[in-house]
Amino acid sequence: MGITFRKETFRDDYTFRNSPEHIRRFPFPFNEDSYMYAVNIEPHVVGPKGSVLENLIDVDEHYVSEMQDRALVLAEDPLRCQSLPHMTLAGWDLLELLMEQQALGYPEHFTLERNGDRWRWINRPLGIDDTFTFGDTSTLPYGPMEYITRQSQGDFCILDQRDGNLWMDAGMVTTQADWSLDFDIGMNFFEWHAPVPLAHEKGIFTRALKFLTNIQQGKPARRLNWTMTINPRLDTSPENYHKWGPDRATVTPDNVGQKVHLRVELQSFWRLPRSNAIVFPIRCYLIKMDELVTQPKWARRLHRVIRDLPEELATYKGLTRYRPTLVEWLSKLDDGSPTSPGFGPD
Amino acid sequence: MAAKTIISRPIYGTLSPQPGKHHLFIADAEGALAITDMAGKAPSGFFDGAEIVFIPGPEGKHIAGLEALKPAQLHIAPSFASLLPRLRQTLTNARMGLRLYLAGTEGLIGQAMQVALEAGIDHTSMQTEHRGSLARRMQCVHCKGITENVTTQPALCSHCGLLLLVRDHYSRRLAAFQGVCINAEDRSEIPPMEEIFR
Repeated sequence: MGITFRKETFRDDYTFRNSPEHIRRFPFPFNEDSYMYAVNIEPHVVGPKGSVLENLIDVDEHYVSEMQDRALVLAEDPLRCQSLPHMTLAGWDLLELLMEQQALGYPEHFTLERNGDRWRWINRPLGIDDTFTFGDTSTLPYGPMEYITRQSQGDFCILDQRDGNLWMDAGMVTTQADWSLDFDIGMNFFEWHAPVPLAHEKGIFTRALKFLTNIQQGKPARRLNWTMTINPRLDTSPENYHKWGPDRATVTPDNVGQKVHLRVELQSFWRLPRSNAIVFPIRCYLIKMDELVTQPKWARRLHRVIRDLPEELATYKGLTRYRPTLVEWLSKLDDGSPTSPGFGPD
Repeated sequence: MAAKTIISRPIYGTLSPQPGKHHLFIADAEGALAITDMAGKAPSGFFDGAEIVFIPGPEGKHIAGLEALKPAQLHIAPSFASLLPRLRQTLTNARMGLRLYLAGTEGLIGQAMQVALEAGIDHTSMQTEHRGSLARRMQCVHCKGITENVTTQPALCSHCGLLLLVRDHYSRRLAAFQGVCINAEDRSEIPPMEEIFR
């Protein structure tokens, strides 16, 4: 049985919703009632059936609509997809990885046929059936990274590894939490993370870089990150901040449930075989408060996390303007009783 | 109010003579003084293999001091833009072992480094020394336009007119600091403009 893909929008009339099954599989990022940065990296191995980890590259009911939204973003701003000249081989590595993983996890939707360098890729949800020569960019309508990431949910950064550091040298970034690929491309790991508060002092990035530069082929890793977004808008880029920023001033006690969304990034890290680069998919999941609080444990816990969040983090995540309204709204769903261990709903 | 400094913010040093036969200096305005100060520490004959390209700026000072070093070549340029074709050619034809020294305003150092990076020179191999104005080159993250010589916080984008927070976040590739709309969430909030990058 295949996925039923929703027809929905992430802009204008914002018709994005999660089905009840997708609410329960939402990757809730808090395993306790408070939050602080940590190097929360773990092996990216297959998780329980029905969870977002059932496949290592997750395809869900939002796939088709997300790909349509990406095409709109790229038409407006082609600089969201860039690859420095030395990164083409890594683009082919990524194409192989995403085709293999999507075909493996969802054979009813995707098929990859290989005959030497002659490959045939069938993407049924998007109506694509292309035959091309692996390694020959002239046989694809886009460069390999752009071609496959126009057909894969989530943002993708490809990091070149040299001089003991990782360099953001290619990426497809249209669903980002307020950072600019166009500005950051070419930077090393410490430089592109420079604006993040508190974490440098805690040595987070030094330890994370050490871990990431040692990632081995076939042994991907993952972590969760989170922020909040007003309206289910995938494109919360700095480029368009002057367009979506005003939404933050529109939150009222009456519309919190519909407007405020928890935005979770499932970040994974994979060594690519030919280029020795690391690909860093950043898969974004959105859930509106009305959907999230259908799970009472999540409602209680989120209330405590947002209420007690250190001020610097609240500012960095852009919550300042509507945090009091959100906390007040969530507080009515928190009876003070304990929450069970772990991330999942009760 | 400026944010406290961050890791992507460039750090400049003090020029010091490097081993090698070929030395290319790129400087503007008071950057000339960084070169003449360094000359005192240079071995004899150092400037026999040196080319200095210098943008004196509106005050037109410091040319005599550079002439006195007797470099193999001294080229005076009216602006960075006018220097660019020559600089690209020099760097494209440069031999292995060329040493690069950049001195002067942050905008000059950044733009010269940008051209050198495009020519394949590693940024850590370049000597830099900041002298003179702290005015910033800023890229508007929204319209992508570059505004030169930004001295205020916040600053107006000279292209799209948005009022921008000038961040410390810096891109060597763009040779620019990042400007992000400071009142995106409520345009009626207009923070006072202070002159802080002088």
